[in-house]
Amino acid sequence: MSDIPLAEEQLLRSRQLVSPGVWAGFLATLRRDTIIAFRHRGEMMNPLVFFLMVITMVPLGISPERIILATLAPGMIWVVALLATLLSLDSLFRSDFEDGTLEQLLMSPQPLYFQVLAKVAVHWLVTGLPLTLMAPLLGVMLSLPAAGFVPLCYTLLLGTASLSLIGAIGAALTVALRKGGLLLSLVIMPLYVPVLIFGASAVNNGIEGFPIGGQLAVLGAFLAMAIVLAPMAAAGALRIGING
Amino acid sequence: MNPHLLELKQLHCERDERVLFTGLDLHINAGDVVQVEGPNGCGKTTLLRLLTTTSSDYRGEILWQGQALRRARLDYLNQLLYVGHLPGVKKALSPRENLNWFTGMYQGHQRCSIEAALEQVGLFGFEDVPCFQLSAGQLRRVALARLFLTPARVWILDEPFTAIDKQGVANLEALMAEHASGGGCVLLTTHQDMQRAATVRKLNLNDYKPVATAAEFTTPAEER
Repeated sequence: MSDIPLAEEQLLRSRQLVSPGVWAGFLATLRRDTIIAFRHRGEMMNPLVFFLMVITMVPLGISPERIILATLAPGMIWVVALLATLLSLDSLFRSDFEDGTLEQLLMSPQPLYFQVLAKVAVHWLVTGLPLTLMAPLLGVMLSLPAAGFVPLCYTLLLGTASLSLIGAIGAALTVALRKGGLLLSLVIMPLYVPVLIFGASAVNNGIEGFPIGGQLAVLGAFLAMAIVLAPMAAAGALRIGING
Repeated sequence: MNPHLLELKQLHCERDERVLFTGLDLHINAGDVVQVEGPNGCGKTTLLRLLTTTSSDYRGEILWQGQALRRARLDYLNQLLYVGHLPGVKKALSPRENLNWFTGMYQGHQRCSIEAALEQVGLFGFEDVPCFQLSAGQLRRVALARLFLTPARVWILDEPFTAIDKQGVANLEALMAEHASGGGCVLLTTHQDMQRAATVRKLNLNDYKPVATAAEFTTPAEER
């Protein structure tokens, strides 16, 4: 026996939502975050300006000698790119947490994995990609040998994407903490070390004329693993964060 | 017999080793408007958070159409709309862009266009104004415009009347009544007296406080 008349029940059935498209949800978040990033241009430029300033000061602080700078360049550019990424990570989920949109995200019928992936993709587009594009210019400033430019771009392209993905785990873990900045660096730094080692050594190899395929393959493997695992870990961390 | 839309069985919730409520039984059917009452800090928001699945820190059972919430989660979330303390509105975006994101997340059929929804909440002409230029009440109205867009059956509203003017409150109450009569249900918290109080069921969380509460508050101090 039914409490609701048949016609009304059919009406209710027809009002049930069709399952939401994962791709549509992914695009919606991607579009939203890109618009927000471009509205906050100052914040967006912050890591890039940091990158530029530190690299500009290296010749002033150490030595303007070409030979010394050339040996320093690959490692220096990589380290500063890594720190610049770290600088921008804290805000990845923070503003969403503070204005309640993170809540809305968590209770939407969208899989959190793809939502995190969308947010990280935007983060990479506004930090990792510009850093990669700026790197050759800074290479010139540090008189990086000509053979190092192509490896530098390739490794940064693969590496910064991994950095954004891995960083999302730390940002998600510390989102509910008022002062998560230091903790975020401590959690994330060890995970960044392998990316740094393989990235910088690939550039050095390229300069010395050795093949860089091996290091690139390792960086690619890192990225593949990070794409699969990091959003999952970040999604879990976000659920814990919002629960407390 | 049809299962209840939402059913809470012997729900027990603790927070920071303090029991908020225990033995809470509640049935919510299509057509119900339930107002959760109680003094500040008695667990109203916590209860609503349990029902939005953002927190799973409870004992007892929550059933959605007769199925455990944990198992029917996706189906339930598709039918849920939550407006919380935080408006969930991005201040850098315009109301239109905010609602665009919302409808993108719940792609399905929308009940009306975004423009119509914004007009309904009295934000006609503000569609493309950045939200940081809006007042607190207007921000709240952007969040509430979702009520017009969504075909969700379960509305969970945490203090929806905050910062809303008198006429807005009356409209909102009418909207809730309409939603309930259309086969939905509303669960809300508010400290205001509702004009349509006759049609509203009340749930006082104080009734589900553990009996020993008073003793619990005093004993630790005495032990010291």
